[in-house]
Amino acid sequence: MSNLSPSSELAIDAKGLTKKFGQLAAVSDLNLQVPKGHIYGFLGPNGCGKSTSIRMLTGLLTPTEGSIQVLGMSIPKQAEALRLRIGYMTQKFSLYEDLTVKENLEFISQIYCLSPNDSRSKISQLISTYNLLKQQHQFAGTLSGGQKQRLSLACACLNEPELLFLDEPTSAVDPQNRRDFWEQLFDLSETGTSILVTTHYMDEAERCHGLAIMEQGFIRADGSPNDLMQQMGVNVLEVSHSSLRELKNSLLAFKEIKSAAQLGSRLRVLVDNRVTDPNAWLRQARPDLKQAEIRLAPPNLEDVFVTVTGQQPSSPIISAEV
Amino acid sequence: MSFTNSIRRIKAITVKEIRQLKRDRITFGMVVMIPLIQLLLFGYAINTDVRNVPVAIVDQSDSAAGRWIVEAIKVTQVASVEAFYKTSTEAEAAITRGEVRAALILPPNLTEKLANNETLGQWIVDGSDTMIAGAMKQLRNMPLDQITGINTQKPATFEVALFYNPEQRSAVNIVPGLIAVILTMTMILFTSAAIVREREKGNLELLITTPIKPLELMLGKILPYIIVGLIQMTIILGLGHFIFDVPINGSLAQLLMGTLLFIAASLTLGLIISTIARTQLQAMQMTIFIILPTILLSGFMFPFEAMPKPAQWIAEILPATHFMRIIRAVVLRGGEIGDMPFDTLWLVGFTVIGIIIASLRFNKRLD
Repeated sequence: MSNLSPSSELAIDAKGLTKKFGQLAAVSDLNLQVPKGHIYGFLGPNGCGKSTSIRMLTGLLTPTEGSIQVLGMSIPKQAEALRLRIGYMTQKFSLYEDLTVKENLEFISQIYCLSPNDSRSKISQLISTYNLLKQQHQFAGTLSGGQKQRLSLACACLNEPELLFLDEPTSAVDPQNRRDFWEQLFDLSETGTSILVTTHYMDEAERCHGLAIMEQGFIRADGSPNDLMQQMGVNVLEVSHSSLRELKNSLLAFKEIKSAAQLGSRLRVLVDNRVTDPNAWLRQARPDLKQAEIRLAPPNLEDVFVTVTGQQPSSPIISAEV
Repeated sequence: MSFTNSIRRIKAITVKEIRQLKRDRITFGMVVMIPLIQLLLFGYAINTDVRNVPVAIVDQSDSAAGRWIVEAIKVTQVASVEAFYKTSTEAEAAITRGEVRAALILPPNLTEKLANNETLGQWIVDGSDTMIAGAMKQLRNMPLDQITGINTQKPATFEVALFYNPEQRSAVNIVPGLIAVILTMTMILFTSAAIVREREKGNLELLITTPIKPLELMLGKILPYIIVGLIQMTIILGLGHFIFDVPINGSLAQLLMGTLLFIAASLTLGLIISTIARTQLQAMQMTIFIILPTILLSGFMFPFEAMPKPAQWIAEILPATHFMRIIRAVVLRGGEIGDMPFDTLWLVGFTVIGIIIASLRFNKRLD
């Protein structure tokens, strides 16, 4: 848990960022301060403005309003100079499928004008770090999802960027690969690289130093995952009951209940923390719950998401248990 | 330093393009097959010298003179006699059905007319095809010396000396023109897909976050295809020379310079298309939009001078029109590109302005 002190140096400092496409505001009044060396997460469903935000921060889109400083440079004015100091991993695999792993790395290293010696040593180092030794002469198009993602990260790291932008890097990857990927991100963070990563996985969001929950172009909440869970203002109860569907619908009628969601044979109920004894309150509100098993559960980010966005994490939000 | 870096980035793009081209078997095959097959096909097929037009005969005289005339027509090789009919109505019906293109009506009093030195008969011709109609008109003054034994021919008003292609072989004119048509087609096709393909495959999203500059990207994309263009020119001209006996009267250096200018101009035209089109299908459609006028207006099929002025103005915009003049001058007439400063400068200007337009249109921003 790390609150940012005003003196800490910022990798990204965006104020009042708004992007409108015609009448539609894709991002509204976004304020973002990412300290150097942090892994900062954007959590939100598809279409909430995550990618648009990243594109503005990298100078690919011009904001309608607001100011951006990235690594001390004013964006989009100094975008070309910034490109030498950042790495960018696109949501869709964007390397050349008809080039081999090694040829892709060579190509990107030449585009960044690495000297032939630097390029050789850097490429062989990245190939071993990202476990691509066996695939180095394989066409990128024939790689598995996890291998493609490791190659993309390797390419993004070729120019030893101070700041990495990762747009949904793990969307096409299995749980084991996702876990390994995050280990690699922590390794990069250890060496001082700042990382901005978008995700719709709750477990990934939980690993970030700092986090912003986005919905419909707005940041609904931000802070460290712990702070967000502490400040949520609800207590979490898990209720075992025989007819959960009916119970859920009836509970949602109470204004003290922020949310109720079924988890297998239990109902996860978020009760406003102004209710002093939620367990007793619930048994009193629904007398048939007298015999039911009710226990207090630790809050998680999904609860935070539900309370700040006022909606169930419907299909786009995936809460994956790794 | 920044110049060296530019060269390195251009080289990176070029090397990548060549690697991708080599792995795309079909495209790589097309580099050779398009000029090879199309040259053989068109070199043999296109013939502006009309021969063997199918005709019918209606000989109402049924005389020796009539049979002589029919034989004399066969000898000209312009027409090939396919049918004989009793009446002109039958012959007209055959023309309507498309079985023959013309019919010769010889009247019952043919022998009499021949003796009086009058017009002997009438050709009725399907005039919808102007080339065929023109060929049939040649028969209007067919000499009949052998039948009548009298020399009826007047001396020619003028003498015509045919330079450069005295035997009037179509291939001599077609082969150099084919270089222009085939290069237009392949060069524009290759580069019009170049940027769009990267956009469709998502590569562009990564590329625009790198330090590559638009002009570097454009030049890097063009360079490999210049070599492709030269290979195609060599195939066409080599085959044209050895199979169709097309003379190469100009110097190879002049030929190379002229072709390089045209290849560069065509490639830039493709690049401009590539920055406009959003999908490869759109790029393809725009390429066809350019290719058709190139074939029809550039002077490849029909003489440029015969076209109405507005069509000439449009043709003057196309690089192919200028190259058509250059290549025919160099290959057939032994000319030099310096002899045609306007055409040469047009190609240079087209390339320079084209590259600038393509670079300006290619934005490293997404909005």
